Amino acid sequence: MIVRTQIIGFRTIVRKEYSRVIRIWVQTMIPPAITMTLYFVIFGSIIGKRVGQMGGFEYMHYIAPGLIMMSVITNSYGNVVSSFFSAKYNRHLEEMLVAPLPNFYIVLGYVAGGVVRGLLVGGVVTIVAMFFTHLRISSISVTISIVVLTSFVFSLAGLLNAMLAKKFDDIAIIPSFVLAPLTYLGGVFYSISLLPDLAQRASMMNPILYMVNAFRYGMLGISDINIWLAYAIIIVFSVSLFSVCLVLMNRGVGIRH
Amino acid sequence: MAMHNAWPMKALSIKNLTKVYSNGIKALRGVNFDVEEGDFFALLGPNGAGKTTTIGIITSLVNKTEGEVKVFGHDIDTELMAAKACIGVVPQEINLNMFDKLVNIVVNQAGFYGIPKRKALIRAEECLKQMQLWDRRQDIARNLSGGMKRRLMIARALVHSPRLLILDEPTAGVDIEIRRSMWRFLREINRAGTTIILTTHYLEEAESLCRHVAIVDEGKIIEYDAMDQILRKLKEEIFMLNLREPVDRVPDLGAYQVRLSAPHELEAQITRDQSLNGLFAELSAAGLEVISMRNKANRLEELFFRLTERKNNHESEIRSPGIKSPEIKSPGAIA
Repeated sequence: MIVRTQIIGFRTIVRKEYSRVIRIWVQTMIPPAITMTLYFVIFGSIIGKRVGQMGGFEYMHYIAPGLIMMSVITNSYGNVVSSFFSAKYNRHLEEMLVAPLPNFYIVLGYVAGGVVRGLLVGGVVTIVAMFFTHLRISSISVTISIVVLTSFVFSLAGLLNAMLAKKFDDIAIIPSFVLAPLTYLGGVFYSISLLPDLAQRASMMNPILYMVNAFRYGMLGISDINIWLAYAIIIVFSVSLFSVCLVLMNRGVGIRH
Repeated sequence: MAMHNAWPMKALSIKNLTKVYSNGIKALRGVNFDVEEGDFFALLGPNGAGKTTTIGIITSLVNKTEGEVKVFGHDIDTELMAAKACIGVVPQEINLNMFDKLVNIVVNQAGFYGIPKRKALIRAEECLKQMQLWDRRQDIARNLSGGMKRRLMIARALVHSPRLLILDEPTAGVDIEIRRSMWRFLREINRAGTTIILTTHYLEEAESLCRHVAIVDEGKIIEYDAMDQILRKLKEEIFMLNLREPVDRVPDLGAYQVRLSAPHELEAQITRDQSLNGLFAELSAAGLEVISMRNKANRLEELFFRLTERKNNHESEIRSPGIKSPEIKSPGAIA
């Protein structure tokens, strides 16, 4: 009975987050669609024709999984960091904190909201990509599991950022100075086999490289890295970040005095 | 049920509650008080006394340093979820999602308390109608007036039918008409069985509504008793008497100290061992006819100032809407 009521609480958070994404669709859905269209036009169509093939595929085809994954990562992160921080800043997070809803479900609810937005935006970008190239899926199970797990990881990262943030500047620093460089250097636009040895080794330190390549493997069947290593890394990040978020919530870091 | 009537259960029990913030400020220094089930309880004190910290700990928004808090017997350390399920809270500061619709705010709150959506919609309608906000249910919270936002927070706090309702200055910034309708509503739900804890700066409000009171100052309870017992501790009161005919000098009223504040108005001080009957007898003997009278200051307010010993420093913080003149003088200052 108690678990049932707590699951209703969890579903309420997810429904609330979904409603928010849909309510502000002009902010959540349109910008990634426009940005990715520009990427496809500039990198895929204009520059891509001169690049030729990469990994055995046309350049436009090669970058499509990376661009989809990039939008999933940024939107999963962005949804949770902005929603949770604004709820904290404007104090309506207290609605949940005073309710008999365990922190486990609050964390899971916000993360599920981030996954929902990540997947919705990923779907929109996939539709955009279909106007520019012929998409195919090599392994549907790998494609779906990797995109969901990656969205989960970055939703948790967004939540962690939001919990520790004290002002709005704090939620802009990580996406600008950490997330964007790691994403652009994470094999979205190129295969790391093109890089010098040292740069390749440095790239292997970037977790986003594993996520992008695993997703590309799911769609195109090619990858620069071992797919099982990618799963291991994503699962380790998922468990670690979830544990950290839960411990911080239980201690009330950033949300309780 | 019968057992509850014979020995009322404690809606709230607080023992040796201490809070030291990370910056070293000791907000609470061993607070102890109980609130019986069905009570209407006032938690009073000057700004920074520790009222909101106490409420924050009860509602788990603030981590306590030491002490014990039980809500209907549920210890917040061991049965936090059960304790939380009993409480509805209206915080001091507006904490609404300003971009959400009223109905969604209330329905979501019900969901956080585990109420299924269909039932939540029914409860939301009841609560919004009680707060006269049903017609505005599709508006976003941002478009509401200050008083409406306060009422929305009450509707939100009531949606899960809490056994204990905690209101932290619910009528701050609300006009007198809405304030009085809120009082009527709070009396109704209290009569229906909801235990209410109220903090307010309008001491007239506390005196009018509450049966028990705790006054907290500098993190300690300095007074804790039934309201009528507390008011008995007031040694004297000042009454403003409106006279039918003007007088040009202070009349001799025996043992009663009086001052002429205007040709038609006398200020009379009544000590605990005097009575109004005696005063009126003296007035009649002096040939003075009184057409109306009122307390110069709210009785609880007078007591509050004395207990907290901050009269001179904090006059501006305590507002009493029932008092025509904002000037509050000690009865001892009478001429």
